[in-house]
Amino acid sequence: MSAAYEFLFGPFAEFAFMRRALIACCALALGSAPIGVVLMLRRMSLFGEAMSHAILPGAAIGFLVAGFSLPAISIGGVIAGLVVALAAGAATRATDQREDASFAAFYLIALALGVTLISTRGSAVDVMQILFGSVLAVDEPALLLLGAVASISLLVFAVIYRPLLADGFDPEFLRSVQPGGGALYHFIFLGLVVVNLVAAFQALGSLMAVGLMMLPALAARYWCRSLVSAMLVAALIAALSGYCGLLLSFHADLPSGPSIVLFAGAAYILSLGCGRQGLFLLWHRRRHLEA
Amino acid sequence: MLPGEIRLTDVTVAYDRHPAVHHVSGRFAPGSLTAILGPNGAGKSTLLKAIVGQLPVAAGSIERGPLRARDIAFLPQQSSLDRGFPISVLELVLLGHWQRAGAFGRIGRQGIEAARAALSAVGLEGFEQRPLGTLSIGQAQRALFARVLVQDARVILLDEPFNALDARTIADLLALLRRWHAERRTVIAVLHDFELVRQNFPDAVYLARRLIAWGHIEDVLTPENQLAARQMSESWDEDAPLCAIDDHGDDHHHHDHAA
Repeated sequence: MSAAYEFLFGPFAEFAFMRRALIACCALALGSAPIGVVLMLRRMSLFGEAMSHAILPGAAIGFLVAGFSLPAISIGGVIAGLVVALAAGAATRATDQREDASFAAFYLIALALGVTLISTRGSAVDVMQILFGSVLAVDEPALLLLGAVASISLLVFAVIYRPLLADGFDPEFLRSVQPGGGALYHFIFLGLVVVNLVAAFQALGSLMAVGLMMLPALAARYWCRSLVSAMLVAALIAALSGYCGLLLSFHADLPSGPSIVLFAGAAYILSLGCGRQGLFLLWHRRRHLEA
Repeated sequence: MLPGEIRLTDVTVAYDRHPAVHHVSGRFAPGSLTAILGPNGAGKSTLLKAIVGQLPVAAGSIERGPLRARDIAFLPQQSSLDRGFPISVLELVLLGHWQRAGAFGRIGRQGIEAARAALSAVGLEGFEQRPLGTLSIGQAQRALFARVLVQDARVILLDEPFNALDARTIADLLALLRRWHAERRTVIAVLHDFELVRQNFPDAVYLARRLIAWGHIEDVLTPENQLAARQMSESWDEDAPLCAIDDHGDDHHHHDHAA
């Protein structure tokens, strides 16, 4: 009993950095998992991935100017993310090019620029930390930032919930009943994505910042029919992945960010196989129909 | 101008920078029930979108009189909505309150009752909590008509509302159209089926990029007008590559070149 307790809760009872990391994961889960569900619904699952790379040059410039300072890196990241989102959107509208194509172009440029910028000044360790994050190094100001981002983005999300979903469901209808349609809410939503990615960037790094946003959302869709339950389940899966990932990384001495994302990935694979709309049941039903 | 009237004066609309409707003039009387007919690519949907205000008019003008945006309900072609979206039938119909409730306003008990009444008017009683994705195409179209009912607009525009529907559904939805007509709403529908239009629509607009005819259905659906529309649509193909027009002599074409 006490061995199990020791294994499951000991690290968090003993070490403040583990507690902070856990709270950071919960904040990320609450803020970004519902956003992931909406990204998926709007067929923008890869958009988060692109944006998470797009914030890199801004974070790098912040890093070059102020060293490993949280506010500088965050502000730089938000600016870079918004610039890329706007540039890609403008390129799409101006040239009849598809939006995903513009995003692919701009995020690749941003990623290359970001890594180059960091490597001019920083060491290989810095590059690693920026690419893979350091949830175990989250300190109190970083925790405040994460909590603030989660709270604000949940509030804003709640406010724009109706028009955002109406726009995703039937954009043409929304344009017919509301001048300008859903463009404004779409843009606010993109802002939320960027801000949450910057928050996740601290913990999971540029390469895996979307991990806690998309994987739990994709997993939840296999279990839930209604949107609200999908969001709740996604947040729960994300928080649990954070907890399990931290335990794994502590006991097996593995890097924390990838461990967390791996657990989220395991939740996705499990749901893909066994979820209510997953592969196993599909196969099972087909056999019944054949018989 | 009378409320519910829409007047077009020499309207030209461009779609993706290509002109799609040329120099159309005419008037939808208040309370009229009009079909817009014409071959594929004749600009029917384009004209409808211009009337709603979704497409800018390149030349000429569309006067809507005292009509505000909220007085016009527009049902676009089915393809524009995501049928896999996790939304219930009731929620879909409640969207019809948008012009009054907006993005943030309260809908309230009365609004929900109105949505339920609309659902039973289209024959979908008991479907309130069903996810949209589980409905057949016909049922989904009934639900969309319920949304139009809830919108309670003075002018109703429908883009190919009966595509891919069975006879029973079409008959039920046509009854709704007649009800709107009886309530003195202005109804404009883009349609393909001449026979259906002949039997149900007092007025028609015959379009082939330019206006072929506008008026009473019997005066519009004449053999001469149909011939004119066909000639118009054939003449567009002149810009297409030669072999695309040449559908019976393609082989000879090659031989001639070889010879």
